[in-house]
Amino acid sequence: MTHLVEADLPSYPMARQCPYDPPPAMSELRSSRPVTRVKIWDGTSPWLVTRYEDVRDVLADPRFSADFRHPGYPGSSPAVKASRDVSPWFVNIDDPEHARYRRMLTAEFAVKRVAGYRPMIESAVEELLDAMADMPQPVDLVQAFALALPSIVVCEVMGIPYGDRGLWQEHSRVLFDVDSTPEQGAHADAELRSYLAQQLEEKKLNPGDDLLSRLAQRYIANGELTPVDGAAMALLLLVAGHETTANMIGMGTMMLLDHPDQAAEVRDGDEKTVQSAVEELLRILTVVHGGRRRVATEAVELGGVQIQAGDGVIASEPAANRDPEQYDDPDELDIHRSDNHHLAFGFGVHRCLGQPLARLELQIAYPALLRRFPDLALAVPTDQMTYRDSMIVYGVDEIPVSWGGRG
Amino acid sequence: MKIAIDHDGCIGSGECVLAAPEVFDQDDDGIVTLVGSDEVDGHDEAIRSAAHACPARIISLS
Repeated sequence: MTHLVEADLPSYPMARQCPYDPPPAMSELRSSRPVTRVKIWDGTSPWLVTRYEDVRDVLADPRFSADFRHPGYPGSSPAVKASRDVSPWFVNIDDPEHARYRRMLTAEFAVKRVAGYRPMIESAVEELLDAMADMPQPVDLVQAFALALPSIVVCEVMGIPYGDRGLWQEHSRVLFDVDSTPEQGAHADAELRSYLAQQLEEKKLNPGDDLLSRLAQRYIANGELTPVDGAAMALLLLVAGHETTANMIGMGTMMLLDHPDQAAEVRDGDEKTVQSAVEELLRILTVVHGGRRRVATEAVELGGVQIQAGDGVIASEPAANRDPEQYDDPDELDIHRSDNHHLAFGFGVHRCLGQPLARLELQIAYPALLRRFPDLALAVPTDQMTYRDSMIVYGVDEIPVSWGGRG
Repeated sequence: MKIAIDHDGCIGSGECVLAAPEVFDQDDDGIVTLVGSDEVDGHDEAIRSAAHACPARIISLS
């Protein structure tokens, strides 16, 4: 057996070459060394796991802990590390404690419950598209629609004023930028927590029909949830609830415009076509692109490799979602792909809680946008856009679009 | 097909409901329930898809 010496380890993350595809070097590793050591920003060398089945096995296996307080935990960035040192988000807590927090929210995101948000989302979409139609072209699709829609929706669901978005969108961006310093991360985090703690405090006094009011009334009022943990939970919902969907709307629209036949099917298709198109865009883009971080709590054999207790592990969903052993022509967009079962929302007990809401927003947003502007086109070539490589959630800074006279 | 569910392990992802809505549902807390009995005639493909999709791996089939 050969051992790689430290200096030869590939650096992670690797560089992308095409904005729609994961780094080619990572795809190469999936076939040559599917479980292998890589070097990350803090100088440590966790295992990178890239095959679909292996990624699922890691994320579903309780021997791999999500607790970032463990010394071997491979952190995403100095800013995220600084933020989570304050009070952990429950995505970074293991069961049974994690389950106790998550169960306070499962009812909120049940499939049928979320379906009730459809009229609210549809009317937000129509309002944004009306406003966009009146703007001078080209328009930045990110600000006009892609970021605005999930921001409105997360405000409606949580019960916070949309007028405050200037505050939390910017702090959220700082928190999710791996190039932010620990000080910047800690500052953004503290501002967000104090804003949300204040919102929760207000809900205790003047409850409405919204998620934060229910948290305040049902769990904070009786001491089941401390105000500090409540604010951490609200912070997770807020940042996870808008950046992800925003970048899926933006990148997904770009990709559809690159595939006009499939875009036409999404525009004119039935519900089933739109649903499978959304799953396929989630698979192929996998905008939460940094890989899920874990640490082994005991020795585990994975893909023929022995992982020791205390070793860090990065399970890459973008790599898994392009695994040719799982998907035929994995690099091709095929909106009719059946049994998709992609890992864009993660896997295991930390699987994205808001996924029914994200799916519903995307299922409404893409066809509505394409119907309103049948001649929608990018106003600058994709190779002249700036991509968010350094962000926890991948995407594009600005997407200038135009649509001629029809819209 | 016979379906066994570890309800305590359910994380309320709703994947089973999306894969096989004739068979799986969620209760008021978002936790998995069966629409009918745990012995189901038909829907084999959808049930297998639901078990595969379950991120908490709590659905077993026999």
